[in-house]
Amino acid sequence: MTRYALRVASVAGALGLWQLLTSMDVDLWLRFSQFPTVADVARAFAERLAGDDYWTDLTDSLTRIVTGFLLAAVLGVATGVLVARSRLAEDLLGPILEVVRPIPAIALVPVAILLFPSNEQGIVFITFTAAFFPVLVSTRHAVRALPPGWEEAVRTMGGGRWRILGSVVLPGALPGIFGGLSVGIGVSWICVISAEMISGQYGVGYRTWQDFTVVDYPGVFVGMVTIGVLGWATSTTVELLGRRLTRWLPRTSYVPTGRARPRSPLPAAPAPAVSPAVPTGPEPEEARDEHLV
Amino acid sequence: MSTSSETRETTRADTADAVAAPATATGVPGTAVRGTRLTLRAATLGRPDAAALAEVDLDVPPGEILTVVGPSGCGKSTLLRTLAGLLPALSGAVEQDGRPIGGPAADRALVFQEDALLPWRSLLANVELPLAIQGAPRAERRKQAAAWLERVGLADRARQLPHRVSGGQRQRAQLARALAAGPRAVLMDEPFGALDAQTRAGMQDLLVEVLHGTGATVVFVTHDVDEALFLGDRVVLLGAGRLVAVRDVPRPRDRAAHDDPARVALRRDVLTSLSI
Repeated sequence: MTRYALRVASVAGALGLWQLLTSMDVDLWLRFSQFPTVADVARAFAERLAGDDYWTDLTDSLTRIVTGFLLAAVLGVATGVLVARSRLAEDLLGPILEVVRPIPAIALVPVAILLFPSNEQGIVFITFTAAFFPVLVSTRHAVRALPPGWEEAVRTMGGGRWRILGSVVLPGALPGIFGGLSVGIGVSWICVISAEMISGQYGVGYRTWQDFTVVDYPGVFVGMVTIGVLGWATSTTVELLGRRLTRWLPRTSYVPTGRARPRSPLPAAPAPAVSPAVPTGPEPEEARDEHLV
Repeated sequence: MSTSSETRETTRADTADAVAAPATATGVPGTAVRGTRLTLRAATLGRPDAAALAEVDLDVPPGEILTVVGPSGCGKSTLLRTLAGLLPALSGAVEQDGRPIGGPAADRALVFQEDALLPWRSLLANVELPLAIQGAPRAERRKQAAAWLERVGLADRARQLPHRVSGGQRQRAQLARALAAGPRAVLMDEPFGALDAQTRAGMQDLLVEVLHGTGATVVFVTHDVDEALFLGDRVVLLGAGRLVAVRDVPRPRDRAAHDDPARVALRRDVLTSLSI
């Protein structure tokens, strides 16, 4: 409880400092005189929330990132598995992938404009490219790092190629794949905002840049807060999904909280003073983990 | 079909205790579960760049329990993986019932030393896997897998993930998984090698007990001479990249035979030839 109080106090302190610096027009080396105050931003936010445009921007950006990211997840995992499992695929695709990979996705804006008939598809393409490579690379590593025993076990049960793929390779590589997905969702969020700023019509990034060009500074900050919150929400979604799907991973004892413990049929009765503390104790640890991601 | 005691080999009838497990729990409907003959003729085994065993001649008759002993790195695992079909022979013939072994197949189950259970599947789901591969309907395979887990004493652990149970329990689950699909041969690669002595003796008894009634041919690799002499009808001695000797074991799977003079002599013999 005290930890939550601390966190609230921390945020409140930061906001208070901001309000103080801006409302007093502090102009030392850093210049806060042009900066909107917290109250200005909050007022602008409330106005935006009441209007339609804000929600259109929001759904536009979310549609773009979800489409691009899902495409990247599916194709990234598929390509990663293919390259890791097939020498032919590695020889054919490897060199191309390695050359394209270092190009920042946002630098592909000209390519997107040339290739795609509409801006919308271009933005999705850039979002896709941003997430594709982290997913591909982590999938490739995860598949290559699989211990051979699992596959051999399934082969000696008479399992074929698809059975091995579905029962060994994909579930076994999942922890690594989710590493790539977590990185990918972060990068593609950055890229969707940047692409919207450059070439978008509607979308949170477009709106933020638009507000800047018309000197609506509180609006810019509304956009930034929105970007932050949406980015956090999308990352957390991926993270939680990953945790849920890789719950089988052996973890150090404090991480699996209430979920796994009560089902343990160990007669843990001899220490009644300790056992009630066990499910509650680790809670803050996990909560802290989630805030770090 | 019946996989209960009437199909079992007479060679091991004298040792195995009657098991109270349901007869329907073993094997898969429609496949007669019985032993298979495994033959190696002038076979050279290993990886192409490094042959581990040269010129092996070995015939394992159906239903026999053959144990293989030898120092580390002598090619025990290579022999087993070749019989499983995971590793092609470099030369010579490797056959099952007279047909060459071309690859892994469900009727030759392999039991690994450790960590071969899929860690994301519960013990029950692990035992179900070979049945699922054979196409058994869900309800049926669940029932069979549960019966097998009960037979190896893991009924109350069925829903646990492998890393939540002990090493001995994992090996018992692996044994259940290997036998659930009703294999005709069970190839075991030091399955109890990582267990402490007491657990190991218990596992040997359990193995004898659950093999009872399956009639499967067993090739059991170990580095423990006592284990080899307890379990095997015959024992194969490997060393220095070749098959050194094949010896008949007097009174196999009889704990009381430990002090039998013939067994003691054989044990001394085996230890002597392994130390060369």
